[in-house]
Amino acid sequence: MEDLERLLREHDFLKALSVEHTRLLVSCAKNVRFASGDFLLREGAETSTFYLVRVGRVALEVAVPARGVVQMETVGPGDVLGLSWLIPPYLSHLDARAVEPVVAIAFDGTCLRGKMDADHDLGFWLAMRLFEKAYARLERVRLQRIDVYGTP
Amino acid sequence: MTWIPEPARVQSVHHETADTFTLHFDVKAGGRRFTPGQFNMVYLFGVGEVPISISGDPGEPDSLVHTIRAVGAVTTAMKSVKRGSTLGIRGPYGNGWPIEEALGKDVVVVAGGLGIAPLRSLVYHLMRRRSDYGALTILVGARSPADIVYRAEIERWRRRAGATILVTVDHAGPDWTGEVGVVTALLDRVPLRAGRTIAMTCGPEVMMRFTARSLVARGVPAERIFLALERNMKCALRFCGHCQYRESFICKDGPVLRLDRIEELLWQREI
Repeated sequence: MEDLERLLREHDFLKALSVEHTRLLVSCAKNVRFASGDFLLREGAETSTFYLVRVGRVALEVAVPARGVVQMETVGPGDVLGLSWLIPPYLSHLDARAVEPVVAIAFDGTCLRGKMDADHDLGFWLAMRLFEKAYARLERVRLQRIDVYGTP
Repeated sequence: MTWIPEPARVQSVHHETADTFTLHFDVKAGGRRFTPGQFNMVYLFGVGEVPISISGDPGEPDSLVHTIRAVGAVTTAMKSVKRGSTLGIRGPYGNGWPIEEALGKDVVVVAGGLGIAPLRSLVYHLMRRRSDYGALTILVGARSPADIVYRAEIERWRRRAGATILVTVDHAGPDWTGEVGVVTALLDRVPLRAGRTIAMTCGPEVMMRFTARSLVARGVPAERIFLALERNMKCALRFCGHCQYRESFICKDGPVLRLDRIEELLWQREI
């Protein structure tokens, strides 16, 4: 448990969280590993897992009919993976596939939502941090959408 | 520097991607010295003249290299150029990258698309004089794996010790095992000692704006962030005004400009 707490504290996403609140999260977390090619999330499937990636790279993909699988973004060490656990109906919008061996911390989303509900300070902190991540991702998607390298 | 195009024979043509190609020219021994980041006006006789960055090694002035993307009438016609063809060259023009100011500092190079071309001559220089500079980070972004210019050479750079080199593409199929995402996302992945970092970026202007914003957010001072701007150039001699950027002329005062001196102009859509 002490090891898991240390891992949580060391991860970029939780670095600024108080020791007391970090301890509260430990019971929702476990250390997980994936081999290259394993799926961490599947599009359309119910998901109640929130990942903090520690090692390796994960591709966020969408299967496009007649075009095949398109990689939208990759996430790596220090990144978060999966936001669908926070918002009903808790369905993943993308496939997430390990493109190399991955080590991550997996949170049980139901457990995490319970902690956020029971302690609103913790809930507010986590919601703001997730919003920060989501906003940064939105900005990156906007830049991708512009297709800056297309023909002028 | 000359005002009149000098004929130069194409020694070889190398196709980098579907629309981008590199011309190697024969030049007389010791002929064409340049500073990384400078450009030449390249003239396809009977068609027109365009400004093209020099993408070769500044340590080898006997070789002149230009990488060109076929996007307009002149560059599209240049795509048909063969070995042995003669084109006109005048230059080099422009100020180039701040290689003296970068001495002893960590250097971050951020290239987007064909922006890698003027940065390649800088990378050659930095690698040749590796001990004169601090940590070297090279970040490269492209539209897709098929659009990565100098892909094989970047792989060779990666295998060499002494630099952090990351490549990303905006989108890819399932076979691509590298990074996917915009080039600015790579900036979040690399450690930066903001206080001793100098950054140089080239690519589409909107990509450079986002890059500059990310670098500033990481603590790199605006006076140590340099961007290579592109504007319509005709004379390259500060006469015609085609490339005027308020009080600056990109051909003479640029193409490399310091962020703090152009910051407010970058966000103005009229300029």
